[in-house]
Amino acid sequence: MLSGILIFNQKGENLIFRAFRSDCRPRLADIFRIQVISNPQVRSPILTLGSTTFSHVKHENIYIVAVTKSNANAALIFEFLYRLILLGKSYFGKFDEEAVKNNFVLIYELLDEILDFGYPQNTETDTLKMYITTEGVKSAIANSPTDSSKITMQATGAQSWRRADIKYRKNEAFVDVIEDVNLLMSATGTVLRADVNGQIVMRAYLTGTPECKFGLNDRLLVDTTDAPGPSKKGDGGGISGVKKTTRAAAGSVTLEDCQFHQCVKLGKFDADRIISFVPPDGEFELMRYRATENVNLPFKVHPTVREIGTTKVEYSVAIKANYSAKLFATNVVIRIPTPLNTAKTTERTSQGRAKYEPEQNNIVWKIPRFSGQAEFVLNAEATLTSMTHQKAWSRPPISLSFSLLMFTSSGLLVRYLKVFEKNNYSSVKWVRYMTRAGSYEIRF
Amino acid sequence: MAMNKIRGAFAVPRKGETFELRAGLVSQYAYERKESIQKTIMAMTLGKDVSALFPDVLKNIATGDLEQKKLVYLYLMNYAKSHPDLCILAVNTFVQDSEDPNPLIRALAIRTMGCIRVEKMVDYMEEPLRKTLRDESPYVRKTAAICVAKLFDLNPSMCLENGFLESLQEMIGDPNPMVVANSVTALSEIQHSAPETGALKITNNTLRKMLMALNECTEWGRVTILSTLAEYRAVDVKESEHICERVAPQFQHVNASVVLAAVKVVFLHMKYIGPELAKTYLKKMAPPLVTLVSSAPEVQYVALRNIDLLLQKQPDILNKELRVFFCKYNDPPYVKFQKLEIMVRIANDRNVDQLLAELKEYAVEVDMDFVRRAVRAIGQVAIKIESASEKSVNALLDLINLKVNYVVQEAIVVIRDIFRKYPGYEGIIPTLCQCIDELDEPNARAALIWIVGEYAEKISNAGDILGGFVDGFNEEFSQTQLQILTAVVKLFLKRPDKAQGLVQRVLQAATAENDNPDVRDRAYIYWRLLSTTADQNATKNIILSDKPAIVTTTASLPPALLERLLQELSTLSSVYHKPPEQFVGQGRFGADAVQRAAIEEQLQNARENPLAAAAAAAAVSGTAPAPQAQNNVENLLDIDFDGGAPASAQSNDAAMGLEGLAGTPVRVQSPAVGVPAATPSPAPPASNNLDDLLGVFGDSGPSQPSSSGANGSGAANDLMNGFGGLDLSGTTSPPPNNNQGKKTNEDILSLF
Repeated sequence: MLSGILIFNQKGENLIFRAFRSDCRPRLADIFRIQVISNPQVRSPILTLGSTTFSHVKHENIYIVAVTKSNANAALIFEFLYRLILLGKSYFGKFDEEAVKNNFVLIYELLDEILDFGYPQNTETDTLKMYITTEGVKSAIANSPTDSSKITMQATGAQSWRRADIKYRKNEAFVDVIEDVNLLMSATGTVLRADVNGQIVMRAYLTGTPECKFGLNDRLLVDTTDAPGPSKKGDGGGISGVKKTTRAAAGSVTLEDCQFHQCVKLGKFDADRIISFVPPDGEFELMRYRATENVNLPFKVHPTVREIGTTKVEYSVAIKANYSAKLFATNVVIRIPTPLNTAKTTERTSQGRAKYEPEQNNIVWKIPRFSGQAEFVLNAEATLTSMTHQKAWSRPPISLSFSLLMFTSSGLLVRYLKVFEKNNYSSVKWVRYMTRAGSYEIRF
Repeated sequence: MAMNKIRGAFAVPRKGETFELRAGLVSQYAYERKESIQKTIMAMTLGKDVSALFPDVLKNIATGDLEQKKLVYLYLMNYAKSHPDLCILAVNTFVQDSEDPNPLIRALAIRTMGCIRVEKMVDYMEEPLRKTLRDESPYVRKTAAICVAKLFDLNPSMCLENGFLESLQEMIGDPNPMVVANSVTALSEIQHSAPETGALKITNNTLRKMLMALNECTEWGRVTILSTLAEYRAVDVKESEHICERVAPQFQHVNASVVLAAVKVVFLHMKYIGPELAKTYLKKMAPPLVTLVSSAPEVQYVALRNIDLLLQKQPDILNKELRVFFCKYNDPPYVKFQKLEIMVRIANDRNVDQLLAELKEYAVEVDMDFVRRAVRAIGQVAIKIESASEKSVNALLDLINLKVNYVVQEAIVVIRDIFRKYPGYEGIIPTLCQCIDELDEPNARAALIWIVGEYAEKISNAGDILGGFVDGFNEEFSQTQLQILTAVVKLFLKRPDKAQGLVQRVLQAATAENDNPDVRDRAYIYWRLLSTTADQNATKNIILSDKPAIVTTTASLPPALLERLLQELSTLSSVYHKPPEQFVGQGRFGADAVQRAAIEEQLQNARENPLAAAAAAAAVSGTAPAPQAQNNVENLLDIDFDGGAPASAQSNDAAMGLEGLAGTPVRVQSPAVGVPAATPSPAPPASNNLDDLLGVFGDSGPSQPSSSGANGSGAANDLMNGFGGLDLSGTTSPPPNNNQGKKTNEDILSLF
């Protein structure tokens, strides 16, 4: 498995060097610096030299590198490196050179805990935070044997993500359905690809060890041969105006695939399509899903771009909101690429502000509030400097970013969230929906 | 305060830093000591040798401060080897700590002890390890389980004598899932490093335990258990079914490595279960595989390489998912290239229009490498799907009309391959001929000249076109020269009146003024053939014979290697599409095994797929008895390209034919040639030489990419030469040169 974890800054200075096996020599740091960091060509994230394999990811301004000497599990290595980044972010807010330098002792401590002999161990942030902490006071807890026993029980238990003795006066659960809608539209206006990557984030403030059951208006066709599938489709109460094709007439949504937090009992889901779990305390991502059918696109964009000779490009970009007039999107930003040799631009907009950003080669058009059914237009003109040898303009796609509350592109709705606990307390649940732009691109 | 001081340690060290550190380490104030330890660790990270401080750091080992203890332990692990005798001083603390009431400290002690690779320490490990393996806290037990693997690495006999392996085997039945997972991890590590121990035997009972733990342990533990299950060969169909059933829910896990590991288990066990059931599992694994494509780029890359393997075995699983593989504008290049390959693999009648439209988009982007691959992909699609050939050709013509230099060149090469499969596109030849002046790459020029020669009778001004090339004959690359030669001879045979003078000129130039033996020899052969007056048809039959149509230009792995790689799903091996021996283990050990495996593969390939040999034979069957002709092929290839031992020294005919056809890898002098397929073009350098033979023997180069694919495919560009440059002719007598090359590599490696 892993022989060592190394962290470098952009200059190639070795910030962290932790060997887990004797075959990870200090000299390897130099080799990585020479072969990867000071080598400007774009390369694959995996590099094997002799029998040593370096797998690296770049995050902010640091390289995080895993060294292996065997035919290791590549997927696991990268997943682990990303988990390390996640841990770093949750510990230090930001995982960059500054954070690594300031907290190197803690990082060594973390590495010692999450990897043993090169095999990943428990990487749950919440558990780790119980005994590896940023403040100097932490030792007090970890040093007392009884508390430590509890900690270690949790770190290894079947529910390693939840403490047993959690108490709240008011029991609440917040569910956020967040969808990233991806669109790729061709220059002729046909939709090449439209899909939704959704995540359901839950913040659970619940006493004791609650058992939760969660229901969506989904219609999982992952496996049509499964007989017990329809058992949960009772009445479709509380479903608001989601109009779909005949199959989805009952207001249900087809999820291509879903993935769950490790607290969800996968066996139960596989057999009965019931999402049942004991939630971690606080915020966590309950599930992720993908939907590709009947995607509601919140914005339609019609660009007209004309290159006039070699010195001028004319733009006319119309954008229309395709959702109910009661809703409004916020922070709508439209990035319209310009040729690399743009000298200056002029823009006129019917709403919002447009500005040329030379460093990005973009005209950035911002509309802070975009009401449903509204339509706005931008007219712009880019003047180009002449170049000695004409190079074709690659015409990168126009991209959009926005966020839209109380709207889901897939039509997904939360039908119920039930909490069962032995104390039988009542709990308050809140649901919020939001759709954001994932990679929302329109070619022209 | 303290933070700032630590950061200061990154600055240039002042004089006497070690001295200052030492003073701090023996300070009477605890906080100063701790700070000095931190600084020492920092210096260690920067690569400075602070081993001189060993005794002073060691003095700080007995402390109640857990953080300080961890730092001292970290220092110990790094420098124990430099002061093996002093380590003894730490033993007492370790043993004490391993009995501490605090489970965290007990675990820390046993974890660290295993990492101090000093003989003396090992002697003292026995007792603490035995105790901690039976500790009441699962946290300590799971740490001790891994420690057994560490001990085995250090001193296998001690590990066996003390029955630690048996303890581990018992621990698979532990009630705590993480202990189970770590025990399996340790056992499988031992099993892999020393198979003779039989450490990890899966019985009905352990299988049950593992499947139970699978649903409860951490994601990493799941990967371990799943990998073990994938290696396990079930006793009967029922057991396979059971394993698949229990593992399939893991497809829904959020961790990509768990998903891939689960896919691996089901994919491997699927072979034994009923086809109907297997089909449902295939259906089930498609959506999770697609989901992997939206993960982080590096994970995506691993997933895509694995999907490529799965598709080669089961081409239909992602039939409907073409769109998810569309390249995003800001995907990193390595992901884009892989997506292109996969799109070609899943192309079929229904989605081909969509795919071609998308590929055309890519072909007008700016990244040159990507554009070329996109153009190449259009050609691959055309050759794969007959109904799409016309649309592809039109798409290529559109691209040629854009007049972007490298697009035109690539398109011409691609069109040549299309000509070799489908007749009836002669109408576009004039358009192609218009771009003659733009072609400056030998490959593209050669392709166009081949087209002109092949269809000489239909191109009215073929003589003029070729005449232009003959004029500049000596300035061309040898690859192009060979094509000019062949094309002119073809023209002469088809329209003797037009090319009489031309053929004289070119033969003269090639024999008298050229010093490339390949070109000269071919010219002589043609000259002899043309001057044989006995049977005019013989010459025609040889040079203008019908060539077998090419089957595919998409590279596929040979079946044996594919089977092998499917066992390695989600490992580095599956990313490189190479068996693990080629990049792990010692060079000395590796080289032999690799060579043997490669030769084995070639033989197998020849047995299963004698197309290459057959093609060569078929091409000339009109005139000469087949076997003899085949021998000629080999001899010619040997003389021309190899210059080494005659092929007759070898035994297997079919293999030899292949070896010859696979071309240059047999050349041992230049190790660089040994990695021909590192440039993952459908027509690797190896087949360029084959193209030369086109006219004479009929080409089966690109239709046989598997034969050269064995030498190292696709993305392995990064592998060191020594490992990629395996030498196929080494069966009988491995050339000394090659060995030396290997050795130097090794030396470099041992420096690390």
